[in-house]
This record gives sequence, structure tokens and C-alpha cells, in this order.
Amino acid sequence: MAKYLLLKHYRGAPAPVNDVPMEKWTPEEISAHMRYMSDFAARLEKTGEFVDAQALAPEGMFVRYDGEGRPPVTDGPFPETKDLIAGWMVIDVDSRERALELAGELSAAPGAGGEPIHEWLEVRPFLTAPPTVTE
Amino acid sequence: MTPNPTPAVDEALIRGLVPGVLGALVRRGADFAAAEDAVQDALVEAIRVWPTHPPREPKGWLITVAWRRFLDATRADATRRRREELIAEEPGPGPVSGADDTLWLYFLCAHPSLSPSSAVALTLRAVGGLSTRQIARAYLVPEATMAQRISRAKRTVSGARFDRPGDVATVLRVLYLIFNEGYSGEVDLAAEAIRLTRRLAATIDHPEPAGLLALMLLHHARRAARTTADGGLVPLAEQDRSRWDTELIAEGVGILQAALARDRLGEFQAQAAIAALHADAPSVGETDWVQIVEWYDELVRLTDSPIVRLNRAVAVGEADGPRAGLAALAELDDSLPRYAAVAAHLHERDGDLATAVRLYAEAARKATNLAERDHLTRRAARLNNRRGR
Repeated sequence: MAKYLLLKHYRGAPAPVNDVPMEKWTPEEISAHMRYMSDFAARLEKTGEFVDAQALAPEGMFVRYDGEGRPPVTDGPFPETKDLIAGWMVIDVDSRERALELAGELSAAPGAGGEPIHEWLEVRPFLTAPPTVTE
Repeated sequence: MTPNPTPAVDEALIRGLVPGVLGALVRRGADFAAAEDAVQDALVEAIRVWPTHPPREPKGWLITVAWRRFLDATRADATRRRREELIAEEPGPGPVSGADDTLWLYFLCAHPSLSPSSAVALTLRAVGGLSTRQIARAYLVPEATMAQRISRAKRTVSGARFDRPGDVATVLRVLYLIFNEGYSGEVDLAAEAIRLTRRLAATIDHPEPAGLLALMLLHHARRAARTTADGGLVPLAEQDRSRWDTELIAEGVGILQAALARDRLGEFQAQAAIAALHADAPSVGETDWVQIVEWYDELVRLTDSPIVRLNRAVAVGEADGPRAGLAALAELDDSLPRYAAVAAHLHERDGDLATAVRLYAEAARKATNLAERDHLTRRAARLNNRRGR
């Protein structure tokens, strides 16, 4: 019973095998991709492993405190070189192996030519609550 | 404008009736999955109705309502499938062997074909009588996900046969998971685990359920002392022992002694013995570490677990000095979880603060839970400040 975050990057992850930008796919290939993603989430709900999935807009900025009584300072949008998160899925699984297996399946979502994208997903375990028995 | 106060129903009392009610339905011929749904419906109904119309015989009331719900559901189902002939006549209430029902249910919900998370969820619902919503909130997953996890688990065990008694160890592992890895939330999972283990220990003639119950009680006794007001972790050595619950300790020790007297040692009895020795020490300096090491030796023999060996190294460090602890540690794989934390502690005790600081920082990076990470970071910071002065 452990939660993992599967992070999908717009930028910052290594290049996928099937590296064609989405606007160059056919509309049918885009639909097939979207269907794969929603089927994947639906399947995880059925297995009792789904927690959350969200997509993020690419537009964003850095914000920081700028001292008492002053408005926060903003910076951005990010330069091209920066890591950029596209979205995530949170899963609740019995083992690390299962988390990796599911990330592998998600990475196989079809892209250009209907072929798997082989996209690199970042898998991050959640920090848990502390166990009661430690000695 | 205040409405008439309605007396609240004692939910724990109602939930205590669940195994008997579910067992009665199954013995009347209901299949487990449908019977379990019907019992949940009856619980909801009881919580709604009992405050104004308390039943004379709560368990009988629940069996009657649950059986009706089961028949209604079966009828609806059967109509869909045109299988009306399968509907059973409503039998009169037969004699109920509560103990057998309870045991059967524990074993079913901890069936080896279930994954740990499924067994935990099914046990909390079918034995504990918690609602899917409560279980979902306790484990921080959506209710729909938990509902699917539970119904899959029910399908998985629906064909299970229990001609032979199962291995009680599978049940104990599930109860231990509920106790040890429970999240904090509106449902007190530690208390629920204790309630379920207490019932199991009262039902089955075996010292290990008693050992697990003692272990839980002895750790639960420290609950108030285990965290600071702002949620920080207080390690055993630094806990204010006056805040330990002496009643729980006395109960745990009593249960453990009775179990040990039966001379069938198991891992939970040995773990409880270690907890009891800690509970017995008025201050950390008066801890009987030599005896604790002996119990760890028993645990190593029983489990051969690397985690146990790691904890044993800590105890050796206390009993025979930090060098001896480090020597015990050196025999273990340094990729074990908490290895760096243990090494840091032993080096600190040995006076090698530079190494301790480095290892505390490393251990903090490797910690798998937030409270422990914060604790280890503070530890590193404290040593850094001391060295800096």
C-alpha cells in the first residue's frame, strides 16, 4: 500500500523513442492516444489502484515573496531549457514493482503512426505516515 | 431552534455484531459478496432508525433486516436473469455459532489469494463493519477506487473453501498492517486493529493472536508520548514516560505473560516481549538491553528478517556499547531501509559526530516517511550546531 506519482513532462525528460510532436499526428492518432489514457485510468479505477490524474497548462510562472507590504514578484514563463510538467497520475499500489509496471504501460500510449511513444515517465514514491512499531 | 437531541447510536457496538450477522446470512445460503452488501445496508438502516426506535434484540434485528435486503437484491438480480426459482424461502432464525462465524470471516478476508491492500480493505469492511467511504478516507483514496478494490476482493474470495483451518499467520499479518501502517484520519485505525485483534484472540485458541494484541496494546500505550504538539516524532529514548498509558501497559503485559506461559513462541510474542521490556523501564537508562538483545536473537531465529537484524544492532549498541553495535551493523546489507539512520545513531553514541552528521543527512534523504525525515534532519542540524560552537 504505497502511493506513487507518475509524472509526465512537456520538457525535461529524456527524448522518447517515437518522438513526433502531437500537432504532427493525424487527428485519429490523437483520439487513439486520448482514448488509451482514459481507458488506462478507468482500468486502474477497476483494479482499485487509481487515486488522481490531472493535466497542467504549459503556461506558468515563478512567484516569490518580495518583503513586507510588497506584491509578490513573478518571473517567467520558463525558458525553454527548464523542466516542465505536463500532468500526473497518482496510483495506490501494493509494491514498487507494480508502480513500475503501470508506468511502463502508461508510457506505451500510442503516438504517431499508432506506435507506442515510449515516453519517459518520472515515478516518485510519496512519503508515507510513520509506522507505529519501529523497534 | 435546536432540534431535539437524538441519542447517538454506539457505532462500535453495532459493528461488533457484524461478523455474527454476516455469518448467519451465509449459513442461510446467501453468497458472501451479496450477504456482505446486505449487512452494510442493514448497518446504515440501524444507524438511522435505532436512535428513535432502539431494538430489543440488536443482532436479531440486524439479521432480519439484512436478510430482507439480501432477498430484495437477489430478487432484483434474479428477475434480471430470470432465475426466480433460486430464491430461498425465508427460514426461521436458527442457532448461531458466533465463534465459528467470526473465525471463518477473518480467514476469508485475509485469504492468501488477496493482495495486502485488498485483504486490509475487505477485513475493515466485512469484519470491522466500516463503510467503504470511511475506509477510503482512512487510506486517502477516492471512494470509487476503494469500492472497486473491495468488490474485486469479494469476487476473489467468493469461491474460497475452508475445509481445513487456514494459517492464522495470514490473518495476523493483515491486522498488523492495519495497526502499523494506518494513516491518521477520522477512523482510528490503530484502535480498530486492536478491537479486531482482541476479538480474534478471544475466539481462537492460539498464543500468537494474544502476542499481537499485547504488542498493539504496548505500542498504543505510548501514543500520547510519541508525537510533539506540532506532529513531530519523539523517539522512544526521549519520550515522556509519565504520559504512557499504564492501564494499557498492564493489560498488554498480562496478556503477553499468559501467552508466553503456553510455550509456543512466535514472532509477535517476541516483539511484544521487547515492547514490554521498554514499558517496564522507568527511564531509558534503566532499560534492560541485555534481555532485549536476547529477544532479538529469538526474533532472528523465528523470522530471519534483515529488518530485525538491523533493530538488533541498535539494541546491541545499547547493551554492549556503540562499537559492538557498529560491528553487528557491519554484517548487514547497507541498502536496508533505515540502515543509515541506525549507523548515524551508533556513530553519534561513539562520539564520531562528523560521521554521524553526514549519515543523519543521508538517512533523511532516504527516509520513506515525512515525520522520520524531519526528525533525522533536526538530528543532523542539532549535531552541526553543537560542533559549530
